[in-house]
Amino acid sequence: MSMKFTTREVGGVTIVDLSGKITLGEGGLTLREEVHKLLAEGKKKIVLNLAEVNYIDSSGLGELVSAYTGVKNAGGELKLLNLTSKVRDLLVITKLVTVFDVKDDEAAAVSSFA
Amino acid sequence: MTDSTTNRGSMTLESELSSVDPVEAKAEGLAREAGFDEDTSSQIAMVVREAVINAILHGNKKDPAKQVHVSYELNDEALRIKVADEGPGLDPDSVPDPLAPENILRSSGRGIFLMKAIMDEVHFHQLNPGTEIELIKHRVKKELSA
Repeated sequence: MSMKFTTREVGGVTIVDLSGKITLGEGGLTLREEVHKLLAEGKKKIVLNLAEVNYIDSSGLGELVSAYTGVKNAGGELKLLNLTSKVRDLLVITKLVTVFDVKDDEAAAVSSFA
Repeated sequence: MTDSTTNRGSMTLESELSSVDPVEAKAEGLAREAGFDEDTSSQIAMVVREAVINAILHGNKKDPAKQVHVSYELNDEALRIKVADEGPGLDPDSVPDPLAPENILRSSGRGIFLMKAIMDEVHFHQLNPGTEIELIKHRVKKELSA
């Protein structure tokens, strides 16, 4: 199953609910394209909810990094919410867990934006 | 050595991304057969996927005249999977460390690192032409009952 996402607004923060796999070659709009679209709409407080992402590979990790740097370079903030154990394990192995602000609670994630 | 449980075979793939999923599924099946738990099996399958994608994109550069060769062996000791391309060759030492501060925010370059992190052994063999990556995961020995 390829990646799917829906977006919603909570307290001035855009939450992107992702599901499926974040990998190379799955087709459709990529995560970085979706984030670029949000930035073009002026949305710079972004939370990626990964609760339904059960698979990620190195390309998927690259997509997360590209999304993060894209938002940061635009003067915004991107945070991760609800990591599954598989995604968390890979973020730990690659030390990307030290880069991202990772939250386990949506309300806390929303309120953590300045 | 008795190797009554040996399961070995090979697959030859076209240099296109649609070739990846069947190999990944095969790797996951072998890992489960080897007795690895679900998470470990998923990780083994993922790094085999990384190796095949590297072979297609960076080794063969999606050249339809070139193929990717996968062989596997599951015996009493280990699961061993080899992925070979027909490309110009790879110097694994030339791949930047993805954990280095200057590389941590790069959007690529983590595939080989993940292979080394998840498998017990990763060996690179230079072919003529091409590169073969050998991925080995040792099986967990069960204690023999008295």
